[in-house]
Amino acid sequence: MTAYIIRRILMLIPVLFGVSLLVFSIIYLIPGNPAQVILGQRATTEAIAEVERQLGLDQPFYIQYFSYIGDLLTGDLGTSIKTKTAISEEIWPYLAATMELTLVAMVIAIFVGVNAGIISAWFHNSWFDYIAMILALIGVSMPVFWLGLMEQYVFAVRLDWLPSTGRYDPSTVIDSITNFYLIDTLIQGEFGKFKNLLSHIILPGAALATIPMAIIARMTRSTMLEVMKSDFIRTARAKGLNNIWVVYKHSLRNAVIPVLTVVGLQTGLLLGGAILTETIFGWPGIGRYIYDAIQARDYPVIQSGILIIATIFVIINLIVDLLYAAIDPRIKYK
Amino acid sequence: MPRKSWIQLILFAFILSIVLIGCSNDEGESDKTEEQSEVEDTSEEAGDETNKNTLIYARGGDSTALDPITTTEGETFRVTKNIFETLLNYGEQDTTIQPGLAKEWEVSDDGLTYTFQLEEGVKFHDGTDFNAEAVVYNFERWMNGDAEEFPYYTMFGGYKGDEGHVIESVEATGEYEVVFTLKRPQAPFLKNLAMSPFGIASPSALDEMGAEEFNQNPVGTGPFKFVEWAREERIVLEKFNDYWKDGLPKLEEVVYTVIPDNSARLNALKTGEVDLIDGLNPSDIQQVEDDSNLQVIERPSMNVGYLGMTVNRDNPLSNKTVRQALSHAVPKQEIIDAFYAGYAEPAKTVMPPSIQGYNDEIEDYEYDPEKAKELLAEAGYEDGFEFDLWYMPVPRPYIPEGEKIAEVIQQSFAEIGVTANLQTVDWATYIEDAAAGEFDAFLLGWTGDNGDADNFIYTLLDKDSIGSNNNTHYANDELHDILIEAQTITDQEQRNELYKKAQEIIHEDAPWIPLVHSTPVVAAKSSVTGYVPHPTGSEAVTKTEFK
Repeated sequence: MTAYIIRRILMLIPVLFGVSLLVFSIIYLIPGNPAQVILGQRATTEAIAEVERQLGLDQPFYIQYFSYIGDLLTGDLGTSIKTKTAISEEIWPYLAATMELTLVAMVIAIFVGVNAGIISAWFHNSWFDYIAMILALIGVSMPVFWLGLMEQYVFAVRLDWLPSTGRYDPSTVIDSITNFYLIDTLIQGEFGKFKNLLSHIILPGAALATIPMAIIARMTRSTMLEVMKSDFIRTARAKGLNNIWVVYKHSLRNAVIPVLTVVGLQTGLLLGGAILTETIFGWPGIGRYIYDAIQARDYPVIQSGILIIATIFVIINLIVDLLYAAIDPRIKYK
Repeated sequence: MPRKSWIQLILFAFILSIVLIGCSNDEGESDKTEEQSEVEDTSEEAGDETNKNTLIYARGGDSTALDPITTTEGETFRVTKNIFETLLNYGEQDTTIQPGLAKEWEVSDDGLTYTFQLEEGVKFHDGTDFNAEAVVYNFERWMNGDAEEFPYYTMFGGYKGDEGHVIESVEATGEYEVVFTLKRPQAPFLKNLAMSPFGIASPSALDEMGAEEFNQNPVGTGPFKFVEWAREERIVLEKFNDYWKDGLPKLEEVVYTVIPDNSARLNALKTGEVDLIDGLNPSDIQQVEDDSNLQVIERPSMNVGYLGMTVNRDNPLSNKTVRQALSHAVPKQEIIDAFYAGYAEPAKTVMPPSIQGYNDEIEDYEYDPEKAKELLAEAGYEDGFEFDLWYMPVPRPYIPEGEKIAEVIQQSFAEIGVTANLQTVDWATYIEDAAAGEFDAFLLGWTGDNGDADNFIYTLLDKDSIGSNNNTHYANDELHDILIEAQTITDQEQRNELYKKAQEIIHEDAPWIPLVHSTPVVAAKSSVTGYVPHPTGSEAVTKTEFK
């Protein structure tokens, strides 16, 4: 098991090397000059050339790439062109904000998705099944920005139940320890602030949860249908086991592997792909950080940001693989 | 009763799932009710507090820096205007020159020596005194930098050692007296000094922290001092108790927060989470006007949106008569009604009427497709021609909806037999390619930096500016001579005459079709008073309060 984990972690190296080369090539090839962006519409040709020289952008591609890789190996993620701050310093709050949001979204998505899938499978071809699956289809195809704005309109503007944007009330002071504000306020026993934060995370969390929720519901339903037709379920029922017990203990455990795969993939996707939700809800996350960097042609940030997301993605998938073994005793890693 | 209990359980899960999956918004509705009441409570408490002395200002993007000289980006100035003060100020809603940290000044007859008497008893937020040495320190720091470090310092023609740099020296001739000596006269010199990037920073804070740290922890003399910056979240400023103007500022605290999406930002204003927003969609203005809890506040225009025609490309647009013909074929008023909600006026020259030297006698090319066809025929293009018309991919204050405006223009060109193929590319590439003269024709605009005519006409249409901001590559020697003369004389009346003449020449050659001068608007709670938007786009909230 340990050997397996070490092997998997070592496999990260070629993957990340490939990712870095790919990202570096793409941003090198796209037009748009960071020097121009820094200096704005007011730039003169000489000023642009000067800034390019300072940033090393006048060097050939391979020199820029290798000097970047060299820095990475010494643990230096580079310095943002736009803010002139070390990326390793400034990236963590963004990453933490996105992780917090993703976590809440996935809790919602898994809880609702799995249960809806189970009930749909149980009452297979009933009207609940039809309605749930139509809603899931709509959920998968729902444009998140539209859903987000509608949520704001209904729950914040019309009903005034929840705040519409931001991570917390702008006049609240939060002493950050881990940058996971929900955890920070709990540790400090600041329950008022915790509630404030919670009320802010519900709308974006729900918006972000929609797509994974729908995918999980559909996946759970189809695997549950398969499992429930199998012999051991029939045996369990024949033994006289209570139906709900059969569903949650015997069927779900056997149906959970494909669902887990989907959960892992979706979590990874949300971490990097929550830009729209983050934009609509003014959530200061990693998606917006990288999106702004792309707009500003802030090469080091794009490069390092994507590398970090890729790393997390690979790690999540590793965890999912390990969970397989924990859940299904037939799976063993050597 | 096992059977009953599982039915109940299924039923419960069923109802819950219906609620949750049906509309994910309803998530947690059941357990939210109690929480909501508490959320409301806290927001009400916060609301009461806010109503007295905290202003929450939501905008579309975060600042990139807090040391204003290090950037050209407007979201920075919007904040730093409260932290730093400049030697001179602009008028409350115009670009006339008013006293700032300098209370009086004298200009020598040759326009080369400027002597400033500074305010006494002004303190920086770190407790040190503002004096002539501080002014010298700041200018020395900037002129020894370069374009990457201090981009806006190019307003003074370059950096120390550069041929174009106009400042010979800055000297402290007394505790509160500073003398600027110029190498040659620079007409907009005083207006430049009033620009937000030239806010005077505390020398001791700069020495102590170093430039990088200072950029995150700015120290100036302004009405508010810096408290906290959480990137992409908020910037918090609090009242500076030792501010040198008595009774100001009126607010205790200002919070600048970021909500990137225009509609979401308006939602936050409606729910009362924020007090003031900028970047209102023109189509939403009516909504705000109809809401008695909200108000629309206009920012005086200092911009121009235009359609530029690159004059040196191998196509019919290099022909003056063709450009005049097209000038007759753009329905400006229709565009304003459709895309600016009336918050704009048609443009007939390079700069807006608020700038001194505006030539109101120019007769605009009126919208007249028949006249346009005649001119085309005269130029030998009665059968029309084809070219690429580029529009910007991002909303700008002067052109809020590039694509749609380009479509209207395309349609009206089609009526006179001219085919415009619409093109676009990302914004960074767009300004680069436009400057390189690679577009046949393009939509673009400009917001003034210092409120001087030179900053419009010379910057945008002189032959010296080809490659930077003269994107049409229009070059006219007669115009050039006039503009250079206007740069060196300091008598404003004489300058105005020269600029009026310059606008006539440009009108005749028609390298541009000036489209609009737009009036950006902000929306605020109706209880906000004393917020006076400045044409430059940044203003301190010194006199803002809640009634």
